[in-house]
Amino acid sequence: MGLTITEKILARAAGRGAVEPGDILRVKVDLVMGHDVTLPLSILELGRMGAARVFDAGKVVAVSDHFAPASNVKAAEQIKAVRDFARDQGLVHHFEPGCGQSGVCHALLPEEGLILPGYVVVGADSHTTTYGALGAFGTGMGSTDIAAAMALGETWLRVPQSLRLYYHGQPGRWICGKDLILHTLGRLSVAGAIYKAMEFCGPVIEKLAMSDRFTMCNMAVEAGAKNGIIAPDATTEEYLKGRVTGAYEPLTSDSDACYAVTYDFDCQDLEPQVAFPFSPDNVRPVQDAAAVAIDAVIIGSCTNGRLEDLRVAGEILRGRKVARGVRLIVIPATQRTYLEALKEGLLEVFAEAGAAVGTPTCGPCFGGHMGLLAAGERAVSTTNRNFVGRMGHPESQVYLASPAVAAASAVLGRIAHPEEVAD
Amino acid sequence: MKRLRGKAWRVGDNVDTDQIIAGRYLSLTDPEELGRHCFEGSYPHLAGGFGKGDIIVAGENFGCGSSREHAVIALKALGASCVIARSFARIFFRNCVNLGLLPLECPSGVAGIEAGDELSIDPAEGKVLNLTRGLAFHFGPWPPFLEEILAAGDLTTYVRRQLSQV
Repeated sequence: MGLTITEKILARAAGRGAVEPGDILRVKVDLVMGHDVTLPLSILELGRMGAARVFDAGKVVAVSDHFAPASNVKAAEQIKAVRDFARDQGLVHHFEPGCGQSGVCHALLPEEGLILPGYVVVGADSHTTTYGALGAFGTGMGSTDIAAAMALGETWLRVPQSLRLYYHGQPGRWICGKDLILHTLGRLSVAGAIYKAMEFCGPVIEKLAMSDRFTMCNMAVEAGAKNGIIAPDATTEEYLKGRVTGAYEPLTSDSDACYAVTYDFDCQDLEPQVAFPFSPDNVRPVQDAAAVAIDAVIIGSCTNGRLEDLRVAGEILRGRKVARGVRLIVIPATQRTYLEALKEGLLEVFAEAGAAVGTPTCGPCFGGHMGLLAAGERAVSTTNRNFVGRMGHPESQVYLASPAVAAASAVLGRIAHPEEVAD
Repeated sequence: MKRLRGKAWRVGDNVDTDQIIAGRYLSLTDPEELGRHCFEGSYPHLAGGFGKGDIIVAGENFGCGSSREHAVIALKALGASCVIARSFARIFFRNCVNLGLLPLECPSGVAGIEAGDELSIDPAEGKVLNLTRGLAFHFGPWPPFLEEILAAGDLTTYVRRQLSQV
């Protein structure tokens, strides 16, 4: 019996030849990540564990991205705790806005070349699944688990069953990774992949750009998955070129690997997708949302704040204005993306359209700062969750969509199909 | 692991960690403060009347979404002694084990417990007793490795012992 890519990565990290779903393994971790919301708790627990040093100062990454730049004094204290920890431990990789390269962790780490195919990455953030787009095993954990991984350089994992998600057909012009993953969530539900690996494959995935692959693996956790993963190929290699120095061996699934379920997705006539409040699996085609008037549009986050996302939004917003009564907030996910968007003239397009363009931060995505919603307000957002109160008041509403739908909606003041606006 | 006793509070399916503790409170670190905002906006009646030792009884996928450990800290500070659910989201399940809040996967129990029922739980026996209705439910054993963490009380204690042996 063959192995899936996820099983191969975990077997290797556990020093075993083969593993089966259900096996509980002790695995070595290649990278451990925490941010300004979760890391302060990890730091506290590390102290209580009696661990004076982290296992490897080059493999523990600290990112201040959620409340940074500090939104209030308590947040400033948290960010300082992360900064002090990074300094005291001599961490090689510490990122904070205003201190050179920085940004939303899951956009930043791959961009900085810190994620290699075959890696086991654990992060104190649920969207650590993002790194599967590079053929790595990435999974989220809580602060105490992460503290243990920082102390020991290993963690325990149960080998997940794998789901094979196969995408075929010729998607239309406006269909991107966000539409594919929202469509998938609509079918699987938010509990459809609990404890499982979601392996995305098929001709549509093979043609997909890295940015779209990141989006899909990012939201695998929205189906409850342990990890999302895509086999490395020429696109992956192209992305890694110039970013990573170390050698890596790309792993792929065997042709006789065992899957719990195979799902088939025909993308031929897929319309842009929108997740209605209050769940990422409450998904319908954009046409069903066309009557929904909105107050705010947010473009950014670890899901859709990459340069490719901003280019799509820029294409729609170029020479147009944000509708009266609507506010548009654009937040490039990283400093590098911000700079590239600046050089390409995209930030000018957004500013001309009337948008507020922000410093890279998670900000509004988790209801932290930088554009929260008041009671009764409705937003279209390119982020990943639309739970009750996620982006502000419990009586506000969030519709999740692609950057193209978000930009078109900002122009028309209601949820819109990109073709209603674009040339 | 000692016996637990408390009143049941029902919540629905797919209760996410944003509902347990909202993002805007994640710059708080004091457990008591986090506990005061637990279920704010989502289950306000529960936030008001919850007693020490009371028990959350949930549907599918409890604790989905964000990995925030603050959710478990807030539940503990609220007074919860354990959570019984049809199923758990995996990060939340780990966080519960790691912080010593018992996560009991017990679909039959969830079906046979109403809000306000008085429950008694014997973790060692794997038994939930509904004292109000005279019903008993069983939950499966945890994997041996998890038993070790639960027996230590929490993951921090478990790792501290491990490190001190090196």
